[in-house]
Amino acid sequence: SSHNSLEMGLLSVVCVSLFFSSTFAVDRGNFKTCDQSAFCKRQRALKPGQSPYRALLETLELSDSRLTLQLINDNNKVHLLLELYRLQGNMTRVKINELKPLKPRFEVPDVLIAEPPTEPLSVLSKDDNGVVLSLGVKNQRLIVSARPFRLDIMQGPEVLLSLNSRGLLAFEHLRLHKDTQAQPDGAEVKESVDGDQQQDEGEKGEDGESDKEEVGLWEETFKSHTDTKPNGPTSISLDFSLPGVEHVYGIPEHADDLKLKTTDGGDPYRLYNLDVFQYELYNPMALYGSIPVMLAHNTQRTMGIFWLNAAETWVDISSNTTGKTVFGKMLDFVQGSSENPQTDVRWISESGIIDVFIMLGPKPSDVFSQYASLTGTQSFPPLASLGYHQCRWNYNDQEDVKSVDQGFDQHDIPYDFIWLDIEHADGKRYFTWDPHKFPQPKEMLQGLMDKKRKMVAIVDPHIRVDSGYKIHNEITSKDFYVKNKDGRNYEGWCWPGNSGYPDFTKPEMRAWWASMFAYDQYEGSMENLFTWNDMNEPSVFNGPEVTMHKDALHGKWEHRDIHNIYGLYVQMATAEGQTRRSGGVERPFVLTRAFFAGSQRYGAVWTGDNAAEWDHLKISIPMCLSLGLVGVSFCGADVGGFFKNPSTELLVRWYQTGAYQPFFRAHAHLDTTRREPWLFGPENTALIREVIRQRYALLPYWYQLLYQAHKTGMPVMRPLWVDYPKDTATFTIDDEFLIGRDLLVHPVTEEGSRGVTAYLPGAGEVWYDVHTFQKHNGAQNLYIPVTLSSIPVFQRGGSIIPRKDRVRRSSTCMENDPYTLYVALSPKKFAEGELYIDDGHSFNYDTKKEFIHRSLTFANNALTSNNLCPNCNFLTSSWIEKVLILGASKPSKVLLKMDGKETPVDFEFDTSMSVLTLRKPGMNAGADWTLLLQ
Amino acid sequence: MTCVHLLLTLVFAVSLGTPVEIQGPRGVPLTKKQFYVENKPFTCLDGSRTIPFDRVNDDYCDCKDGSDEPGTAACPNGSFHCTNAGYRTMFIPSSRINDGICDCCDTTDEYNSGAKCENTCKELGRKEREVLQKMTEITKEGFLLKQHLIEEAKKGHQEKQIKVTDMQENKKQLDEKVEVLRTVKETAEQPEKEAKERHLKAWEEQKAAIRLEKDKAKMAEAFLELDDNADGFVSVSELQSHAELDADADGTLTETEAQGLMGGAEQVDMSTFESVWPNIKDKYHSESQPEEPAPVETPPDEVKEPVVDNDSEPYPEDDISEEEDEDDEDEDDYHEDDDKAPPTIKTPEKSHEDEDAMPPYDADTQALIDAAQKARDDFEEAEKALREMDDQIRNIEKELSFDFGPDAEFTYLYSQCYELTTGEYIYRLCPFNRVSQKPKYGGSETNLGTWGSWSGPENNKYLLMKYEHGTGCWQGPNRSTTVKLTCGKETVVTSTSEPSRCEYLMEFTTPAVCQEPANTDLSPHDHVEL
Repeated sequence: SSHNSLEMGLLSVVCVSLFFSSTFAVDRGNFKTCDQSAFCKRQRALKPGQSPYRALLETLELSDSRLTLQLINDNNKVHLLLELYRLQGNMTRVKINELKPLKPRFEVPDVLIAEPPTEPLSVLSKDDNGVVLSLGVKNQRLIVSARPFRLDIMQGPEVLLSLNSRGLLAFEHLRLHKDTQAQPDGAEVKESVDGDQQQDEGEKGEDGESDKEEVGLWEETFKSHTDTKPNGPTSISLDFSLPGVEHVYGIPEHADDLKLKTTDGGDPYRLYNLDVFQYELYNPMALYGSIPVMLAHNTQRTMGIFWLNAAETWVDISSNTTGKTVFGKMLDFVQGSSENPQTDVRWISESGIIDVFIMLGPKPSDVFSQYASLTGTQSFPPLASLGYHQCRWNYNDQEDVKSVDQGFDQHDIPYDFIWLDIEHADGKRYFTWDPHKFPQPKEMLQGLMDKKRKMVAIVDPHIRVDSGYKIHNEITSKDFYVKNKDGRNYEGWCWPGNSGYPDFTKPEMRAWWASMFAYDQYEGSMENLFTWNDMNEPSVFNGPEVTMHKDALHGKWEHRDIHNIYGLYVQMATAEGQTRRSGGVERPFVLTRAFFAGSQRYGAVWTGDNAAEWDHLKISIPMCLSLGLVGVSFCGADVGGFFKNPSTELLVRWYQTGAYQPFFRAHAHLDTTRREPWLFGPENTALIREVIRQRYALLPYWYQLLYQAHKTGMPVMRPLWVDYPKDTATFTIDDEFLIGRDLLVHPVTEEGSRGVTAYLPGAGEVWYDVHTFQKHNGAQNLYIPVTLSSIPVFQRGGSIIPRKDRVRRSSTCMENDPYTLYVALSPKKFAEGELYIDDGHSFNYDTKKEFIHRSLTFANNALTSNNLCPNCNFLTSSWIEKVLILGASKPSKVLLKMDGKETPVDFEFDTSMSVLTLRKPGMNAGADWTLLLQ
Repeated sequence: MTCVHLLLTLVFAVSLGTPVEIQGPRGVPLTKKQFYVENKPFTCLDGSRTIPFDRVNDDYCDCKDGSDEPGTAACPNGSFHCTNAGYRTMFIPSSRINDGICDCCDTTDEYNSGAKCENTCKELGRKEREVLQKMTEITKEGFLLKQHLIEEAKKGHQEKQIKVTDMQENKKQLDEKVEVLRTVKETAEQPEKEAKERHLKAWEEQKAAIRLEKDKAKMAEAFLELDDNADGFVSVSELQSHAELDADADGTLTETEAQGLMGGAEQVDMSTFESVWPNIKDKYHSESQPEEPAPVETPPDEVKEPVVDNDSEPYPEDDISEEEDEDDEDEDDYHEDDDKAPPTIKTPEKSHEDEDAMPPYDADTQALIDAAQKARDDFEEAEKALREMDDQIRNIEKELSFDFGPDAEFTYLYSQCYELTTGEYIYRLCPFNRVSQKPKYGGSETNLGTWGSWSGPENNKYLLMKYEHGTGCWQGPNRSTTVKLTCGKETVVTSTSEPSRCEYLMEFTTPAVCQEPANTDLSPHDHVEL
């Protein structure tokens, strides 16, 4: 929760009046544009052209899996070292660093789950112009061109991707202060009038450089904050060309459409974790988290670029087809004069090295598993965390918590977690409880536990500077705080006032932090208390751009180097603490606002401080879709909108949307009126109850999808193109989405809507309305009239979805309940699905193989359950109470074949919708069985 | 918060007799037992279909209305009846059967979940009876108190109405008195005014005469001075010696100029000088007193009797009233005669200018002034009394106009305040007026809302009071408070909270909402509200 009223109040009373007059929107002036970020401006001034870099082929060294080669910048004679790796799973890693930097440059640790396994590289040919390497699979070759240096990855005659093809490789080498240099060492500045001088630029630092050009090299001031930059200019840049690609996605977090836009004429997409107060939509401004991964997709192939760098990063995108109408493109095609569509991308980072992973797909699922093999998969959350979360800034006291809890029972609405924001702690000292409002936290937690419910309490990373506060004293005595440039503890303002920021980049610090979650350390905590890490960008109210000064120090590294990974470390240490408190038995649940590549391993992410506006409801879809594409499946937006009060219609629609997104939490700002689901009249209570119940009925499916995401990296909430990669109509859709492969959701996100048009993909496929079982053909735009109770959701013909239709007051209460199988037949009378069951909360599924994983297949008029994990071992008392077969014909007889016996099963057939209902077949959910329709 | 009809808040009577053992399907209330006949086909209670009896409570939902599964969790919309012998019978949603949480005190909802439930019905029943008994007592006593309050209020109401009637009668008289006194005042002021004017006129005439004489003397003196050769004539050249008379201010008085002043004559005698004197007297410098500046003559019409200083009004309290209620200004006639203080006392400082000070009024005039002043004072006093009377009537009428409940039982709260001290604040509720909050350890008071309206549910709006438009919240709404009234013997604020920012909730007990205790033997009856 970001709340400017306190923030501003702390800083200046004068601001208050200013604030009142301002409109409800981000104060853009608080955040840098590319022009205001010296390195971005410098780098962006370079235009495509002949690269000054040359590969020195004579320096080529090839070990089994690694090729190294020196590059030289002909302008300044600085040598770089290029490393190329062929990685297992159809990936290529390209690293570029200075050959001999003055001191080491930062390489991001803790993101890759391991040193990526390599595969042998072999030289196919070599001459003066370059080297051709084999990438093993399918005629894939990597071509290193020497003069100018460039890399091309080819398959057969086709170029899949090129690096430095536009000559924008630029590497600002470390230098002594006097040895200043105005331009990045990279490409030629075409516009420069003294272009000739660029040739011997290396030696001309001292003479003739105008003052104007030196601005921002060794010091930079934004608003009242000066960044001292003791290391001078250190930025890096590289361009990528993607022939044949018109659609690129990813690089969250931005409040923008799913398909990334070209950035010509505007700012690049910015990646710099920031606490943005009241963010605006549809622009490339940075938000709370950064995942420097971009996906490129066309009908033939999906690829990914993972730019492993934690410093401030900007991404430029341009395209040669921008602005061309469909007609224009057709004309090109007809006339045969079409140039191949191409997207060009350029990455710019402030420090560190170039370390890029090129994921070559070719299928979307391949890219997901390639990226997962590098940074890990979504953590497998406790089942309960897929239920509904009730949050508010703040539930005031224990009495309040109790009455909200009772409210859910009184209104027969399920929920699993109730949340406490910052006011619960004693003076914003995290790990403590306000002695007046929460005098008996264990009593409160026990009360929730008695109802099989749970709680989340916030723990932010800013620590109140207060000698009476244990956490502060221990961090101080262990010298774990981040330091400012003078070596003293860095202090900044946040919720508690003056605060220190623990250096989460230190493993010892993280270990200590984790130990603070032990039951005997975190007083008042119990096993049903979980954690929320907010403000971990980190947010510093009085810092530059509301974050930490870039010249603050984390050991020997500057904050500049590590900024975007700080939030990941906070969540990592917190999740570790939660795991450890149970001796490694129980799965953690930690929500974070800031994130980086790899954050998916530690819990859930939400889209930060949105607002109760229809556009914010709409944007929740592309924002979570973008996160899902780059590994973070467990994503959600504050239901209802954080700032401002939603209209009743908006609130209902938001519940209907949020119930079909992975992380389902309602949250509200301190200044808003109460909005628990039963406060808007019986009709609206009923609408909200209904959709939360739909969520709970589908929990088995959600859980299975999270398991799949955890195992394979497949996103849970996905854009349509992931499963329909050849259907260009799906490439820009971001007002509807798939949950797994089998559910298609088109939420109603327009005020006063009377209908939506959903695109049902898949020529020759069918989709069933999950509420009416009406069948619709694929590959069509379907107009669906809606009322306030409508939530357009469709099940794919060909799928089997297990549900638990006996919805109870929390997910844990439903543990042993029977399943209903929803078998939606394809036109070929086929369907398949899975069923995953475990204890829902421990690591035993992993450590002891205690789970049930079954495949369900309907073919040849028989529905069969097969064991996908024969050596697994888990007993469930859940059984199959009902099977619905959509699109069926009426059988004469239904038999259950199990344990060598055949028993008849009662059934009903609804001819109007062709739904066959098998009554109470009764087999255990973990058993082998076949149901025969005769 | 408004009361919503809830599944779980259904009110059931306490069963007092020995519990009846209900035979038949699990979860069926006695009243519905007749529909579940062993071994006979069961028809869903909504009549939608008929099923074999072995499908009742077979853990599979066959009826749309859930009636075939009263004892299992199979139907999403079913309900389960617990007998709860010793306590109150209850319906719970089917989803709470065997969910591991004990809902029915007789443990019957958890027959197959492994949950360890204890039968707590007796204990609950005992406690509830205690509470109920206490509540009944409170209600009874509260209701008695309420009757008393109602009587008091009626009495008070009548008294007040009588008082208002009386006062209105008095007011009429006062009105008349004011009018009479106004006439008296105006009558007395007319001769006063005339006498004062006469006095003034006489004095002014006297002053004019004196001035004329002085001027003549000055002229004579000037003539003598100018007539240097003492020939009884003032000549042009003699006049020219007085350069200050220079008309074009060039420093010299030319012959022509001097002749001009003299009306074209070469010389003038004493009597002709009278016509020259007005031309020169303003500039003329006496030779005998060359340093003395020309006397600054006050224009005669500005010389008045001493004026009472407006800044030091005789009624300083009027300033306050004026500022506090500017609307009343029109009614205030205090300023209509500023000169009411008569110049009877001559200040010694001014005596050296005898001719400028007005002589004291003569006795007749003074008598008229005194009489007029008295008439003014009387009038003002009467008018003030009338205003006060008006205020009182208004206040009582305002009080009488409040909605103090169907039987005026809330009247006694009027103009009272009730406080509750919490950890940080002192909350203060002044019914029908305002709610406020004051930090316990110093700091200014915050208005949490002023009286708005009764805002309870339609069937009894007197259960909630709404106070609105309190101090504005930063970036938020104005503070407001809802006061929830419950029956109690005492009139006390029992709790306060702030469920939403700046929206306060206060709980308040008062006998005024106590309902007549139901005087019936409670017999068990069931009631499902679905």
